[in-house]
Parts: sequence; C-alpha cells; structure tokens
Amino acid sequence: MVKNLSGKGKKIQLKLPGQTDNLEIIREFVSKIARRVGFHDDDISKIELAVDEACANVVKHAYSTGDVQPIDITINVDDEKFVVNIVDYGQGFNPASIKKPDMKQYFKEMKQGGLGIHLMRTLMDEVHFEVDADKGNCVSLVKKFEQK
Amino acid sequence: MSGFEVMHQGDGECVVLFLKGFLDAHTAPALESALQKCIDERKFKIIVNFQELTYISSAGLGVFMGFIEEVRENSGDIKLTNMSAKIFRVFDLLGFPALYQILETSDEAKENFELN
Repeated sequence: MVKNLSGKGKKIQLKLPGQTDNLEIIREFVSKIARRVGFHDDDISKIELAVDEACANVVKHAYSTGDVQPIDITINVDDEKFVVNIVDYGQGFNPASIKKPDMKQYFKEMKQGGLGIHLMRTLMDEVHFEVDADKGNCVSLVKKFEQK
Repeated sequence: MSGFEVMHQGDGECVVLFLKGFLDAHTAPALESALQKCIDERKFKIIVNFQELTYISSAGLGVFMGFIEEVRENSGDIKLTNMSAKIFRVFDLLGFPALYQILETSDEAKENFELN
C-alpha cells in the first residue's frame, strides 16, 4: 500500500451529539479520511466498524442516563499511524474489567451485546482507554500504516 | 427508519426477511420489530437475506441473539444468506458461523428447512 503523504501530520476533528442517529455520519467521516490518507477498502471497513462500536458504546453506556452530551472525534495522522480518539463526557468505566469474551460461553448463555470492545481490539492494531471525569473519557483506536 | 429497511416475504412455511441498507445501533430496533413480527405470527422458519445490506455492527448481530433461542425452542431456525465478504467477516470475527447456518442463497436455506 502506498501511503498518501498529503495526510501527514494532520489533525481533523468532528464534534456532534452522542446519539445513535449520528453513527452514520461518524462512519462516513472516518471512512473518507481513512481513504484520503491511503488505506484500502479492507482497512477502511475495519476502522469504520471499530469507531462505530466505540461510539455506540458511548451512547449506550457513558450517556445511558439519557442526557445527550457531545462525542468528540479527533483523527491524528503521522507517518506511522492513523489514530482515532473518541472522547465522551459521561460516566467512565474500568477497561481492565472488560475481558476477551469466551465466545462458547457467550453463545451458551445467549447473551446480547458486550462484543464492541472485543471487536475494536480485533479490528485495530492498538486500543487504549483513558478514564478521566474532568477531561473526558477517551478511547484511542490505532491503525498502523504498512511500512515498506 | 431511514437508512435501513426490512421486507418480509412469505414462502410456504418459511419467511424471508430481505435486509437493505445499514444495520447499526440506530437501525437495529427495526430488525428487532421484524423478527418479533415473525414470532408473533408463529413463523419460526426464518431466512434472512443480506444481499442488499451494506453494513453491520455488533448491534445487528445482537438482535439475532435475542431471538434464536425462542425460534429454536419452537423447532425453527434463523438461517442467514447472501452475505457479502464484508458482512460475513463481522459474523466470522465473532464466531457466529458456529451457532448460525450461513448459506449462499435463500433457496439453499429453504431446501435446508425442507430436508430437516
């Protein structure tokens, strides 16, 4: 893959209400930027899905009280990686408490939901969580460029 | 609901749900309603055709999990068909092929229901 260096050193932001009807806009935003910096369809769809899962979690869990607050999405691009930071201002959680699901057990118990973080970790190269009641909680999703 | 549609088509004992558009946390309730309609009508042989579905997230997969038990308890099943590679990958990443029958076409799924 040839990386389009026109995206190098760029920071692009989107801020919108944390509501499920904005997930489509978020996916389109992230997909277009990912395509612009040179990712191909396969990686674009992985990034799109991981970001969707993160934002859906914000709406479902961080903003579960129904008080709609913004989601801040910032994309940082450099020579090595494409990083999507998703910041919310709701109730945080302990990311260490989310373990990789045992899918056999998951199916046995016929669970619904709870797969978003597992998907993010599978789709992206790195996933980082930062919980901060003052600055906002941040999920960072990292996709590295292929190095030639 | 904009961005997502479900079309029901009765086919003998089976019902085929044709999905169109994108299936995410916002549109998932529409799929839920469609599956609930099948249950309410006692239609437990359900085929879901993904040919015109362009996107799915875990919210969409979660809807199927919510109904599969009741459907199978009533001697039925939910068979999934006509997936693009992109859609199949999401199911595959989460291990769903182990729990659901994922087939190439709705006709194949219907034959499968008739044989069993």
